Amino acid sequence: MSETIHSTEAHAEHPGYGTFIKVWVALLILTGALVGVSHLGQTYAVWGLLTLTPLKAGLVFYFFMHLKYEGPLLKIVVLVTLGTLLIFFALLFSDVAFH
Amino acid sequence: MSEHVHRDDFGARLGMWLFLVTEIVLFGGLFIGYSYMRYKYPIEFHHGGMELNATLGVINTLVLLTSSLTVVLAIVAIQRAEKKRAMAFLGTTLGLGLTFLVIKSFEWAAKFHHGLYPNAPHLATLPPGEQVFFGLYFTMTGLHGLHVIAGLSVLGVMLWWVATDRIRQDRYVHLENGGLYWHLVDVIWIFLLPLFYLAA
Repeated sequence: MSETIHSTEAHAEHPGYGTFIKVWVALLILTGALVGVSHLGQTYAVWGLLTLTPLKAGLVFYFFMHLKYEGPLLKIVVLVTLGTLLIFFALLFSDVAFH
Repeated sequence: MSEHVHRDDFGARLGMWLFLVTEIVLFGGLFIGYSYMRYKYPIEFHHGGMELNATLGVINTLVLLTSSLTVVLAIVAIQRAEKKRAMAFLGTTLGLGLTFLVIKSFEWAAKFHHGLYPNAPHLATLPPGEQVFFGLYFTMTGLHGLHVIAGLSVLGVMLWWVATDRIRQDRYVHLENGGLYWHLVDVIWIFLLPLFYLAA
């Protein structure tokens, strides 16, 4: 429905090279931090895994995969998928916990 | 639009995303399986992780992250009608993807040399938890490797299409979709690094 508007508007909205290079630098720093915390012991390593890794994936999804510049539909598709996986994860471990 | 051809770029991207979510669920299932097995065999997974070369894992992470950057920069270049630059960025991505596969093959060759490969006699002598670890390692990095090969093939076609002006400033949704696939391959590796290489 808004395809014409989108294609005319999109031209002004396109991010430049700089935005993506900054995101790439952030990804490199986060990778360094992840490797760093993995040397600090099991607890830090697991927390690093659970926080830094989704953050890195989020940056790739949001910027490199252009979700930031998309409408709500694609964002919802991705969130529903991740939510579904989370439900299955929770179901499995709620079962494991009572064994 | 000026050619009076019906085109729905958003529909094309939606279709690609629907395909990508099936990929997310495919790998997601394996990640959930990994979590349960790691919960069940924490010590064996620690030992298994020590067998892997973390340095190669980290180098390959940097290679894939950079290849993701060059794909997205190729799209910026196409949007600005900088064809040569777009081709250079895509060529760099292909080179980095091949580098990833070469490093991966060296890593796997070293594992095979140590008697660690699917169904290996040596593997059968290891504790069950370590067998599970290496089973998941070969399944998940192998499946990821196949995705890298598929992604490189797609991006190779994209480079060809940029060169022949089939992809250009006013028509580049194929490049966007090819890039989306490549980024997903990168995201999966982002998770594989800490799960396997940094597990020790």
